[in-house]
Amino acid sequence: MRHRLDIQIGPVAFRIGSAWKAPLDALGRLYAAYPKPADGLADFTVRLEPEKPWRRWLRPSVAIKGDYILPDAAPLALAHGLLAAEMGMNLQMALGQKNYLLLHAATVEKDGRVLIMTGESGAGKSTLAALLGERGWRLMGDEFGLLDMDTGALMPFPRAVSLKNGAIRVMEAEVGADRFGPRLEDTPKGAIRHMRPNDRAIAGMGQGGMPSLLLFPRFGPAEAVRGVGKAEIFMRLTQASTNYVSLGRRGFDALARLVETVPALAIDYPDTDTAVGLVEAFWRERAA
Amino acid sequence: MNGGLLVRALRDPASLGPDTDWSGLVSAARAEQLAGTLAMRMAGCDVPPRVAAIFASARRDAAYARTQALWEAEMARRALADLDVPVVLLKGTAFYAADLDACAGRSVGDLDILVPRADIERVEQALLAAGWERLKPADGYDDQYYRQWMHEIAPLIHRTRDRMIDVHHTILPLTARPTPDAESLIADSVELESGLRILAPADIIVHAAAHLIADGDLAGGLRNLWDIDRLLRQFAAADPAFWTTLEERAVRHQLRGAVRRAVRLSHQLYATPVPDGWRAWRPADALFRARLLARNAWGQERRKLLRFAFYVRSHWLRMPPLMLARHLWTKARRGRQPG
Repeated sequence: MRHRLDIQIGPVAFRIGSAWKAPLDALGRLYAAYPKPADGLADFTVRLEPEKPWRRWLRPSVAIKGDYILPDAAPLALAHGLLAAEMGMNLQMALGQKNYLLLHAATVEKDGRVLIMTGESGAGKSTLAALLGERGWRLMGDEFGLLDMDTGALMPFPRAVSLKNGAIRVMEAEVGADRFGPRLEDTPKGAIRHMRPNDRAIAGMGQGGMPSLLLFPRFGPAEAVRGVGKAEIFMRLTQASTNYVSLGRRGFDALARLVETVPALAIDYPDTDTAVGLVEAFWRERAA
Repeated sequence: MNGGLLVRALRDPASLGPDTDWSGLVSAARAEQLAGTLAMRMAGCDVPPRVAAIFASARRDAAYARTQALWEAEMARRALADLDVPVVLLKGTAFYAADLDACAGRSVGDLDILVPRADIERVEQALLAAGWERLKPADGYDDQYYRQWMHEIAPLIHRTRDRMIDVHHTILPLTARPTPDAESLIADSVELESGLRILAPADIIVHAAAHLIADGDLAGGLRNLWDIDRLLRQFAAADPAFWTTLEERAVRHQLRGAVRRAVRLSHQLYATPVPDGWRAWRPADALFRARLLARNAWGQERRKLLRFAFYVRSHWLRMPPLMLARHLWTKARRGRQPG
């Protein structure tokens, strides 16, 4: 490939190749503070390549390829090349990562213990995690929680936070402009802007922690809190995991252990300040 | 070309030094569906820690592939048990079921079975009754095409397990020029403990060669050729008369050219030990080798023109020209008219 960028995020090393310079320039700026893989090797390779040879120049169209691919993935416009690179990295994790049980969840850490927030897309877990990451917590990741199946610890995967639509303004009010990527309009998911986690999150990306509280946040309805039974927690987590089935018994045991040992609550919140207040209150209660 | 590095790693894992392009090797192996096989081959070799972790993970994936393949076979066995029809496992599932050397680290996609052509409708009905569903609408063009011209019925997919089954009645499309002797494939098959069957050793090679050389466009060919290498080594070691039997079976199934070529390529790329008489050099072998190795250190396909030539060849092998024209015409019209 003509252009190449290597990035280490948490325990995972990526090699990203591109037929165009621009997407990797944007990616390089966003990930400037991240280390290169110390061994120069990659766990996963992502490729951004023209959908057809002539689409390098003519109405450029970025196909997301790599070690693992979705055969029917739609290509993106070159202006959305940064998003293509991010989606390519996520895809490798979702389809190829088998060293950890992968939870589609945001994770933050305080006092060495980890809060897991999981829910469907649009539940607001990315925004909530990003906000907590600026307010005394360490952001571990907004997309994937990596559960170590031997120790039960969660490992960080602090890639750039993908903010969508309304969440962009919330974080722009909180964080300096130097930590944002370009605003991408009219992507398949609406407006998207990537935000680099702060120095503390990047410096601590080798440091995992034991899970201590599990929340199922949901943005929209009026404030409400309810308990969740263990069977329901287990089922929701299997649905939130991309690799649970293929890990077999190891995955089952690790997930069962998580459900047995970590308390869980479902919270509805009408605005992010309410959510942060609820999280802090439950955390104090849990710590007491 | 990293196809070459991948082949060298499989052939002689100890030959890889510390300056190996490990990321390129891993990407090429993943692209060729050979990651698990490579991981098994390189178990115990001195590799960087990150690569060791990738290989450990690939070996676990292969263990899961084995469980899943054998379970699918068992599900099919149960669904067809009352029909009193011989069910012959093909390809990867057969290798796992009989624990052949070719199964080490192998990935398995669909479940492939061979049954007598006279029983195919009963088999299909029994599978439909047991939870498999049609992917293509019954009596549509694709379904009819399969029924009339192919060596298998249109694939079925299981409603809850999401796994596909390909039900074959012979090993090449009916439109292909060679006509394998499907009756003798089944008559000479070997029964396993479960009651399921696998092809006789020489027929396993004939089928693998037919699939690689006489049917498709060589996509995934390095993996299929690796199967052939492992199988040849194992069968030849177990039976001194194996090569003679293989020659007889290849002639019987009208696939002598394909089998000979597959054996030569296996010898040339994977250093399979073969008798002197099987090595005679053919100029076109170089094209096959180039096609098999056409992948770079990013896992990308290379040599687009050569790939396209083999793609055209695969259609040429399958269909007489007039039929090919009619087929493409129908497909093109359907592509333009929604529904």
